[in-house]
Amino acid sequence: MNENIEYKARSQFVSVLYRLKKNRLAMLGLAVLLIMAAVALCAGFIADYDKDVIGQDTANRLQGPSAEHWFGTDQFGRDVFARIVYGARISLTMSIIAMLIAVAIGAIIGAIAGFYGGFRDNILMRIMDILLAIPPMLMSISIVAALGQSMVNLLIALSIAYIPVFARVIRSSILSIKDQEFIEAAKCCGSSDRHIIFKHIIPNAIGPIIVQATLAMGSTILIIASLSFMGLGVQPPESEWGTMLYEGRDYLRQAPYLVLFPGTAITLAVISLNLLGDGLRDALDPRLKN
Amino acid sequence: MSERPMLEIKHLKKYFHTPAGELHAVDDVTLSIERGHTLGVVGESGCGKTTLGRTVLRLTEPTSGEIIFNGENILDYKKDKMKHLRKQMQLIFQDPYASLDPRLSVAEIIKEPMLVNKMYSRKEADERARELMDTVGLARRFVNAYPHELDGGRRQRIGVARALATDPEFIVCDEPVSALDVSIQAQILNLMMDLQEERKLAYMFITHDMSVVRHISDEIAVMYLGQCVELAEKEELFNNPRHPYTKALLAAIPVIDITARDREPELLKGEVSSPVNPVNYCRFYTRCRYACEKCREHEYELKQVSENHYSACVLEQTGEIGNE
Amino acid sequence: MNDTVLKINDLHAEYRTDEGTSSVINGINLSLEKGETLGLVGETGAGKTTTALSVMRLMPKKTGFITGGTIEFEEEGNLLEKSEAEMRAIRGHRISMIFQDPMTSLNPVIRVGDQIKESFKIHFPDLTGDEMDKKVDDMLEMVGIPASRKNEYPHQFSGGMKQRVVIAMALSCEPELLIADEPTTALDVTIQAQVLHMMRELKRNLGTSMILITHDLGIVSQNCEKVAVMYAGTILESGTAEEIFGQTQHHPYTTGLFGSIPDMNKPTDRLSPIDGLMPDPLNLPEGCVFNPRCPHCMDICRTEAPKNKILDGSHMICCHLFDDRNPNKEEAENE
Repeated sequence: MNENIEYKARSQFVSVLYRLKKNRLAMLGLAVLLIMAAVALCAGFIADYDKDVIGQDTANRLQGPSAEHWFGTDQFGRDVFARIVYGARISLTMSIIAMLIAVAIGAIIGAIAGFYGGFRDNILMRIMDILLAIPPMLMSISIVAALGQSMVNLLIALSIAYIPVFARVIRSSILSIKDQEFIEAAKCCGSSDRHIIFKHIIPNAIGPIIVQATLAMGSTILIIASLSFMGLGVQPPESEWGTMLYEGRDYLRQAPYLVLFPGTAITLAVISLNLLGDGLRDALDPRLKN
Repeated sequence: MSERPMLEIKHLKKYFHTPAGELHAVDDVTLSIERGHTLGVVGESGCGKTTLGRTVLRLTEPTSGEIIFNGENILDYKKDKMKHLRKQMQLIFQDPYASLDPRLSVAEIIKEPMLVNKMYSRKEADERARELMDTVGLARRFVNAYPHELDGGRRQRIGVARALATDPEFIVCDEPVSALDVSIQAQILNLMMDLQEERKLAYMFITHDMSVVRHISDEIAVMYLGQCVELAEKEELFNNPRHPYTKALLAAIPVIDITARDREPELLKGEVSSPVNPVNYCRFYTRCRYACEKCREHEYELKQVSENHYSACVLEQTGEIGNE
Repeated sequence: MNDTVLKINDLHAEYRTDEGTSSVINGINLSLEKGETLGLVGETGAGKTTTALSVMRLMPKKTGFITGGTIEFEEEGNLLEKSEAEMRAIRGHRISMIFQDPMTSLNPVIRVGDQIKESFKIHFPDLTGDEMDKKVDDMLEMVGIPASRKNEYPHQFSGGMKQRVVIAMALSCEPELLIADEPTTALDVTIQAQVLHMMRELKRNLGTSMILITHDLGIVSQNCEKVAVMYAGTILESGTAEEIFGQTQHHPYTTGLFGSIPDMNKPTDRLSPIDGLMPDPLNLPEGCVFNPRCPHCMDICRTEAPKNKILDGSHMICCHLFDDRNPNKEEAENE
């Protein structure tokens, strides 16, 4: 080996990406999600919103999949494929944004509670306990009911419902990390608390959060669907995967594809998220590098 | 000649509140270290030597006392000034596994102190990290390696490189070699001594290993239950210990000498008592074979017993068990 | 006096993991007479603990394999051919083991007296409850713990006291062989001195043979009659304590170990450590396992594994320097 080779230090981001690339399943998950996102973005080119998604065409109702309507039509004659494509916009963006907000706020609350401890910990965690005592579903319903029905309120409701979950997870991992010697080493060289929390503690605590987040995202997609069904979420005729699922269940016998396609879309999204989440967790932990 | 020492610790105390009472982790310790010198701090687990090291660096705030570094009491320093000072005082940890962030590569770990203190640009820091790796004998091919991929000896070299990154004058070494195998331990000790010579570093070398402390130190402080019970130049301490605890400690070490095997060892009876609400007379009293009424009449005080030799034993101070 | 308790012949063992096969023991020979203490010295990864686990037949089931050799124990014959049930009767009764960490070898929720009683229940089921209680008291007193403390839980004992309890458990059935794996490494020096002193006394009184595994040459020189220096699964040098600590001819590794330890009796300026690191057990070097770190490495060392050479008495060195074919043999011996 030539000892004179210049060994360049690699940044953390590049090495995470490098490790993620080696994980085939995670890359598959990422690919599926990217395709879904691309489809959702280009929905306008794929189908006409007014005509196919909300425009009723009762003459062509409940037609099976065909060349013209790839996924068939529903009870109002709307194109199922077009509705799924437009539905992806709502389901994916809503759940991703809700998760990001919940993780960000939850992580900060959990980090403060875990890092500083004492009364801050007590106050924050008791509030989280109260929130946690209410099931996410019930919580979302009450928040939307209280604030009024709109997309933004739905987002707020979802985020609030999941903040305590993440706050708990991150607090417990921080408690186990903050007493380790490398944190003391960082203090010793003059690092600020903020630097320690963001550079050392959160990266070491991120693994369980990512897994938790990807799992929770699956269930937010379902919560959005349920809320929509109760008339608190997405309003008909707007298309959304969960709404479609609920609407389709009345026609399960005659037209199973009405449930099959949106169901598959949800499943595919959730599985891809989980695969990506697993891959990210491994990529973020250099100890698992092979 | 009579230049002030680089670091003076005066009557330093650190108490912890526990449900059982006040835990006297460090109790009235007065020490000093000169530039380029090594002060060895020895004692058994629970004697407060680790807390002493952390308190000197103000990683934990002392209960009372003074820490005078280059003529200034650093306990008066505000946050900003303290941060500035941290560059001059560093710490090398015992556990080369726990003291390195597993998520950071070798280069990132070594660069961190330089970047946090904004001493260099990213590029310069990269370059310096590589130089430091050369200094501590780590092959450059490890720049992107992660701590878990390296063995204990190499990890400890990273720890040393990180401590050197800010060009400190003073390093607290908390059992830096006790987690390592003997052959690796010797490599690290040699490295540390070379660095000291090159850079005029002062070390506070905390350890429980008497042979290591003898090898590396100039002066040695023996600690027992939070107090410094004996302080002397190392040869003086080893050849002429003036505290019963030091004597017992020296006698307890298994020496590599088979002629000594049939000698009946001088065993210390009992175990270390609790540092919570300790007695106000000699804390070694319950285990000391010279213990007598007189020991209970005097409070702790480290007194000079001969030139540059201090002992806290009352009987030694009055010459009652002096030169046997 | 030809009362051999344990005889290990050409033992080979390996761990098989996803990453490959690591040969942790590569043909070691050991023998232990009644009442003797054998010191097994070496650094991390030398295979000391694996040797002990092989004797106990406690290698991890899915990954650890003994691939060759015999371990003969008293009249029992080869332990490697015993069934699991037969081994269970031997373990704890005739061969006992003490582990390094007393904190983890005791069950935190069982009173120490009951933990000692456990082995009586297994190996002497005929004893009545009172007899067992009596024996528990005796065992505790023997290791220097007042019998009144038998109803306390492990967390109420200090580290040294816990290790005494562990020793009491190990000795409770008066085993013929005691394997102590770094028994005092977790203890302070003054406590270590107490525990080692107690172990010496007990051994003398009970006539137990012992394998003492340690990395501390000082402990070996004070406690063992025989010494074997292990490195990367091989015994590089063995002999009586007098031969190892009294004579000048040594394997380069042993010389390196001595050079790494600061001398307690005189000041040293600089240590002379062994360069380099332990070899990767997945990928041991060709020839002599020590050759990459050896200051006297010759061509033959890189290609051919050295044979065990008996110098005099029982002093064995496994090194080409001491081979009869080595032209510089005289030089090596005079070093």
